[in-house]
Amino acid sequence: MKKADCPVCDALLELDDKVVSGELIECQDCGAELEVIKTNPVKLREAPQEEEDWGQ
Amino acid sequence: MKVGILHSLIRKDEKYLLEEFGKRPNVDLVMIDDREIQFVLGKDKYDYDVVIERSINHSRALHAIKLFENAGVKCVNNSSVATICGDKLLTSVQLDKYNVAQPELRIAFTEESALQAIEAMGYPVVLKPAVGSWGRLLSKINDRDSAESILEHKTVLGTYHHSIFYIQKYIEKKGRDIRSFVVGEDCIGAIYRESEHWITNTARGAKAVNCKVTPEIADLSLAAASAVGGGVLAIDLFENDGQLMVNEVNYTMEFKNSISTTGVNIPGHIVDYVLKIGAGG
Repeated sequence: MKKADCPVCDALLELDDKVVSGELIECQDCGAELEVIKTNPVKLREAPQEEEDWGQ
Repeated sequence: MKVGILHSLIRKDEKYLLEEFGKRPNVDLVMIDDREIQFVLGKDKYDYDVVIERSINHSRALHAIKLFENAGVKCVNNSSVATICGDKLLTSVQLDKYNVAQPELRIAFTEESALQAIEAMGYPVVLKPAVGSWGRLLSKINDRDSAESILEHKTVLGTYHHSIFYIQKYIEKKGRDIRSFVVGEDCIGAIYRESEHWITNTARGAKAVNCKVTPEIADLSLAAASAVGGGVLAIDLFENDGQLMVNEVNYTMEFKNSISTTGVNIPGHIVDYVLKIGAGG
């Protein structure tokens, strides 16, 4: 498992080894939506806000 | 085979696709982040056999596909399908052209003409942005007071997209609609989307339940897919007094909640199709 700090609540998160850059994950502690921006070591940032033309 | 995957955020759906591509021999998968890519019109050269589009933004998806195609790259779905399915009005025109059943529809371009159209249809109606998704900004209009209010708000506060009034007759769907999945020539599965709310998008909390693909569901789904140009498509269907009709057709299908529900390896079917297109099929 890989580990990284949640940028919102500072909780230490455990992530799957197969995590990829750009992946959307949820903080297991505060529930914030986060984006993986680096995988080795893992770095996270808050996921972008939903935009008007998102989705299907 | 070299496959590009155009993406922004990697959601569960894209993760499933990456896993499936990873299982296939001789596939060189290249991640293309739509937040980083730049195009040089007329000069770009790519060696992708095919690009699968999985952007979360419709506008980026549509334009990136068009630019890849301009550089000679095959895309799934293609730009014509993305153009049609990204706009509910264009989708409805295609469905009408090929006599695919859909709810009664009227279109108007001003507040006054839209109100006249709604009154002529009778209440309730559903007003939708022609370009939009995940059930956002849908309005069920039950009476004239609501109609006047919503039309005024759209006119005063909305962007220009909201000045195209797409007015659909409200279909009483009794708490559910059907989402079917079409890949190429096959309707590979379907779910019921159940909700007490009249909006039954799973993005809005509707529950996914397996739906047996009857010949009627398959036939209508394939007809709708064909009408918009075919490919990898999710079709939303209404049941109305025993008759099925097409509500919408989606070109960047989301399926993460439907794999275990249907028991169908949806990403596996998509990957097979993409590789077939890449191989010239």
